[in-house]
Amino acid sequence: MSELAVGGAVAVESAAGLSPFKASWRRYSRNKLAVASMFILLLIALACFGGPLLFPYGTEDADFENISAPIDLLSIHPFGTDEFGRDLLLRVLKGGQVSLAVGFVGAFAAVIIGVVYGAVSGYVGGKLDNLLMRTVDVLYGIPYFFLVVLINLVLVDLGRTIALFVSIVVVLWLTPAVIARGQAVSLRHREFVDAARAGGMTEWQIIRQHIVPNSLNVVIVYSSLLVLEVIITESFLSFLGLGIQPPSTSWGSLIDTGANAIETDPRLLLLPGCMLAATLFCLNFIADGLRDAFDPNER
Amino acid sequence: MFAFAIRRIIGAIPTLFALIVISFFIMRVAPGGPFSGNRKLTAAVLENMNKAYHLDEPVWMQFGRYLWSLVHFDFGPSMKYKDFSVTELIVQGIPVSLEVGLWAMLFATITGIALGIAGALRRNGATDLTAGIVAMTGIAVPTFVIGPLLQIVFGLQLRWFPVAGWDGSLNAKILPVIVLALPNIAYISRLTRGSMIEALRTNYVRTARAKGIGPQRVIWKHALTGAMLPVIAYLGPATAITVTGSVVIEQIFGIPGIGRYFVEGASNRDYPLVMGVTILYGGIVILANIITDIARGMLDPKVSYE
Repeated sequence: MSELAVGGAVAVESAAGLSPFKASWRRYSRNKLAVASMFILLLIALACFGGPLLFPYGTEDADFENISAPIDLLSIHPFGTDEFGRDLLLRVLKGGQVSLAVGFVGAFAAVIIGVVYGAVSGYVGGKLDNLLMRTVDVLYGIPYFFLVVLINLVLVDLGRTIALFVSIVVVLWLTPAVIARGQAVSLRHREFVDAARAGGMTEWQIIRQHIVPNSLNVVIVYSSLLVLEVIITESFLSFLGLGIQPPSTSWGSLIDTGANAIETDPRLLLLPGCMLAATLFCLNFIADGLRDAFDPNER
Repeated sequence: MFAFAIRRIIGAIPTLFALIVISFFIMRVAPGGPFSGNRKLTAAVLENMNKAYHLDEPVWMQFGRYLWSLVHFDFGPSMKYKDFSVTELIVQGIPVSLEVGLWAMLFATITGIALGIAGALRRNGATDLTAGIVAMTGIAVPTFVIGPLLQIVFGLQLRWFPVAGWDGSLNAKILPVIVLALPNIAYISRLTRGSMIEALRTNYVRTARAKGIGPQRVIWKHALTGAMLPVIAYLGPATAITVTGSVVIEQIFGIPGIGRYFVEGASNRDYPLVMGVTILYGGIVILANIITDIARGMLDPKVSYE
């Protein structure tokens, strides 16, 4: 554990002359599935954010000459249109923008909150640590889905998307907090921390400049699953009608629409469903690859 | 052992209390009070209604009142279904939800363990690879995608099962139970496979083989007993997944359980209903975690009672 933790600050020369980070990265790049997943995810993200710019019309623009057009990859509507004549490909890509943005930004925010909380708790120790971690324990015992919905209800007047985003982040920072605390505890009595203290840094400076950066790489590896969790939670809530709502779309709300139309037009379910599933598969493989490559216990 | 169980139960009280406190105060600050409907009420009527529901008292008194009624399993009146109390709605819904949930747990445990053992015994064989794909799908693809997909295939195309609806017949239960079980099948089969492979490599299994115990007996008695501990430890989280999943399943398949009330309550801002379901389901998950921990303590001598 400690070797990896030091890796960010001081490059320890291993036998092969590689820093631990580079060695881990080399291990990761040998995992073909994980690398391929990264590329596919990148492609999906590029398509979602770049693709809609190429369309001459918007998500809500109806093409009345092509209502319920079938899938025809060579036509102007490659994936066809729905019963209002709206382009399905464009809608799926736009929905992806919301899902991916909420997923990555949400996971990022949760990691930041969790790392600061965990680093303070682990570094300060004593009574404060006890109090902060008991709080985490208590919150962990509550099924998080219900908490997300409760908080979502309170914030709903701020706008659906913001409420959804905040409620997910507020609940999902627990895992990074626990991991960061473990790191901070192991770092607390290291020489470079003592040196920093002797050199006159304040506690807060030490937390910011030594504890947090050195916990970060371990946390990020374990938090790669967090992106997945945020995306699932977002689409889950949107599917239930408690998250993103028209005119905004996300994969979850598109799947909701599709699930109600399976008898008339299964495409409405299949297209967003496949995109979501592909993204989740990729994120799973990436997370597995990162864990295998970076987890010090696996060496 | 007994002391450990007691301590574990006492340790869960803060969690349960926090759950109640959080949901109570969140619902208090949530926008849109119960009487802020379309109809404008006169000040006098509003005052009377506030009095009737004790909304004019200080918050801590309201909380005490709520706690006291919770002790009597009284979750208060539903704001949407005017003729029912939340308790009545829950009593109506819980048999259905429990039936689907328990069958799904049972199905997931048996199937998951069977797939896991099969995979561990013939690693990289056909069963193992199939189980791996099923597990990966179950983990990666959410139930709200798989559910409607199975509805299309088995309900609309093959017509084996009804697409949705709940008439108490066995046929109507099969699809929901399978979909609800799928994520747990995935996790349990992976867990069983991993710990079974590990158990087959342990010294005590090698000793058992060396003593001349038959291969079947070694697998089923010696290796499996050891391999089951992580699976048992997983049953707590599995309950949480099932409870959350049932909310979706009931929505997709039109099952009149508690999960549907929860979703309806959340979109109608029927706060007492949402709180009631949250506290009930949270309580179930907390209870499942306690039972799991105690079971682990009883089965695994390595778990310390500290």
